[in-house]
Amino acid sequence: MTAEALDNHHDHGPPKGYKRWLFSTNHKDIGTMYLIFATVMLFLGGGMAMLIRAELFIPGLQLVEPNFYNNMVTNHALVMIFGAIMPAAAGMANWMIPMMIGAPDMALPRLNNLSFWLLPMAAIMLIMAMVVPFFGGGAPVATGWTLYPPLSVQAGMGMDLTIFAIHTLGISSILASINIITTIINMRAPGMTWMKMPLFVWAWFFTALLLILVMPALAGGVTMLLFDRHFGTSFFDAAGGGDPVLFQHLFWFFGHPEVYVLLLPSIGVLGIVIPAFSRKPLFGYKPLVYWMGFLTALGLVVWAHHQYTIGMSVAATTYFMIGTILVSIPIGLMLFNFIFTMWRGAMTFETPMLFAIAIILMFAFAGTTGVMLAVVPADMQYHDTYFVVAHFHYALIPGALFGLYAGVFYWLPKWTGHMYDETLGKIFFWWTTIAFNVTFFPQHFVGLAGMPRRIADYSAQFTDINIISSIGGIMFGLSHLLFLYIIIKTVRGGKPAEAKSWEGAQVGTPGLEWTVASPPPFHTFTTPPVVK
Amino acid sequence: MSGRLSAVPILKKLFCCSGLLAAASPVSAEYALNLPEPASELTREVYDLHMLTAKIALYITLIVTAVVFYAIFKFRKSKNYEPDQNFHTGKFGTWSWVLVPIIVLGIDLSISAPAIKTLHLIEDKTEADMTVKVIGTQWKWIYEYMEDDVRIVSSMLSEEEAEKAEGEGYLRTVDNPLVLPVGKRIRFLHTATDVLHAWWVPSITVKKDSIPGYITETWTIIDKEGLYHGQCAENCGRGHSYMPIQVAAVSQAEYDEWLNNKKQEQLAALQEASSDKTWSKEELMSKGEAVYKTNCLACHQANGAGVPGAFPALKGSPVAAGPVDKHIEIVLKGVKGTAMAPWASLNDFELAAVITYERNAWGNDTGDLVQPAAIKSAR
Repeated sequence: MTAEALDNHHDHGPPKGYKRWLFSTNHKDIGTMYLIFATVMLFLGGGMAMLIRAELFIPGLQLVEPNFYNNMVTNHALVMIFGAIMPAAAGMANWMIPMMIGAPDMALPRLNNLSFWLLPMAAIMLIMAMVVPFFGGGAPVATGWTLYPPLSVQAGMGMDLTIFAIHTLGISSILASINIITTIINMRAPGMTWMKMPLFVWAWFFTALLLILVMPALAGGVTMLLFDRHFGTSFFDAAGGGDPVLFQHLFWFFGHPEVYVLLLPSIGVLGIVIPAFSRKPLFGYKPLVYWMGFLTALGLVVWAHHQYTIGMSVAATTYFMIGTILVSIPIGLMLFNFIFTMWRGAMTFETPMLFAIAIILMFAFAGTTGVMLAVVPADMQYHDTYFVVAHFHYALIPGALFGLYAGVFYWLPKWTGHMYDETLGKIFFWWTTIAFNVTFFPQHFVGLAGMPRRIADYSAQFTDINIISSIGGIMFGLSHLLFLYIIIKTVRGGKPAEAKSWEGAQVGTPGLEWTVASPPPFHTFTTPPVVK
Repeated sequence: MSGRLSAVPILKKLFCCSGLLAAASPVSAEYALNLPEPASELTREVYDLHMLTAKIALYITLIVTAVVFYAIFKFRKSKNYEPDQNFHTGKFGTWSWVLVPIIVLGIDLSISAPAIKTLHLIEDKTEADMTVKVIGTQWKWIYEYMEDDVRIVSSMLSEEEAEKAEGEGYLRTVDNPLVLPVGKRIRFLHTATDVLHAWWVPSITVKKDSIPGYITETWTIIDKEGLYHGQCAENCGRGHSYMPIQVAAVSQAEYDEWLNNKKQEQLAALQEASSDKTWSKEELMSKGEAVYKTNCLACHQANGAGVPGAFPALKGSPVAAGPVDKHIEIVLKGVKGTAMAPWASLNDFELAAVITYERNAWGNDTGDLVQPAAIKSAR
């Protein structure tokens, strides 16, 4: 996307130089910055993951010290969740939502600038949190991303930086969510009624609602942690009348809906990609909207299934178990919906569609292991083992990351004005999907066999599976170099993309993005388009 | 399966991996892909529940995969299949939104019913024959036999020691396994002194977290003699990988004998500690080394060098080389806001010995001898 290409249609193009980006109020430029930021963080988090897998390749401590290992575990999660997936989804929202609903820009463009530029600041603090232990900053944050006290109280200065990074990320997410909700409610073009909105817009509407509802719980929790660490309070210290479990409730009241925050935008992408390549409308548009709403509501009230082993009452445990098992209904209906959208369609298998089909299969599998984990007595065995690690990577890598890949490949022609290299795209799909399964499928079994999470060194009987998993992990990591290459190649040139880049782009409930040129002009709609 | 793999060099481990791909290496053949064989009624129920849900998971995954692959091969553009634009408005499109939730709900309920039954078994509070308090502390387990007033500390064996000991090798073997009788209803009370831990021995009972300030409860009746293994499951910091658990389930007679010996030992130790004897340097140092190994080594390391950035060195430290009173106070009361716990639970002789050891080992040649009387007055 070169500046010249954007200047074509308008007399006032984007400002030149750094000011275009630093002071940007343009939803496309901010969206691009979000996506670039997410890619950088994806590689940072991926590098950590590869270090983790390298350490676990064989028993013994070869590369890192246990505390640093768990520091990597913590920051891999924080970087991937807050740095890669959420900003990537937000970048996509920035690019697509205004174009889809026929809005000239986001409702609050300056706020949009602020919510992006908070992210690099938070990222710097997170990275500082990782490095201060090497410069006399005390023990590293070796708690895992859950930051459970009292262990997090024992950590050094890195923990404070992590807390402030979370505050900053939280502010950024809340501001972005307010912006997105405002845009969706107020900026729809005439005729773009709620029930004509593309599914991606609906998905982000629910995502933004969830973020506004749950982020404050996390912010409150980590603030109390900060007070416990430095100002002599004992919110979470049993010796002072506090309660270590309180933090867990606050964390998971945020943490479980956060999973849906990661998943929903990708489900929105699937709701667009699958009809497009099946050349047939969604099997159930309205049901999917309603069930996503139900999932959002249900997601808010099942958090304690992450804490089955804390010794809750039988009544509370039973409630959380039933609630969690019921999640299978909206999730099952979503998958059912996608499968029967393909049914009696005329499918072609471009890269976005390949990802979409792989997601249906792998996410269905993650859903079934999710039901296994929801069953309290069995979870009292699975809890904190690699079975859980395997489950949530199956849920989040296909469910969130691959969904975003599908979106990237689907909209790259629109963003850049060039078609990507389909052969390379397919190679990337097969490489990354196979490597992903080699990495995480065996981990289910090593977890059942008794290997706990967050250990830097394991006993010899777990060796075989860890070797397989590590080989897969390194392959998985390396596949992303190809991803980067494809993106750069497409940005720099390629077959010009038409305004309607895909044959099936207009089936079902499409957005207005295919009515504008590829790439779209710097300011999309100067007069509101009318949707019939 | 006595730690066979722990000794083999890296190349051999890689070879085992290819063995698994071909058939199965010896160790994984014994157990590696599923929960270990249950050794109690309780874990057997949980195991059955696990297998039930695993089977349902497998069938659902297979059905979904079959349907998706059928669609992929049948409904493709390259076969000139005409998309049915009104498929979703037909009878199936209308009624499936009622049928599918009912089917899913049916599956859900058929899982929930046995799950709730097993949950009630886990939470069954029938009077137990004996109670063991399991205390997690960085990074070892303390077991208190509540009725018999016996207390044992269980820490991980080093790589060399583990190879000689009975068990699953390094990282799975401890110096003092928890000894329990078979056929008795045993109640475990879980708590922790510092951070969260979780005592997990999948063969004999389910896990509950050990939380400072909380007491959580599990129970079991072990029905087979044997050595059962587990590990700390909740991240507890640097030594989280180094908190293995071994449970030796023995017959009632063996258990009684073991318990009796323990009581004698503890009585002897108590007499030793409360005697007014003035101990020699050799006696203090050898006792001190043993106490250090069990209690202090996990953080401050065998060579007293600590872990930079996490645990201070004792070798040449201002505490170990400084005033004795300050040293005693730190060991006795701990340091607030750090991982240094108060060690008042050790007896006077043990404390005197370990402080003497710290002040004279690793080139800390202060020459100070600390006698139990000094600890007594400092308490």
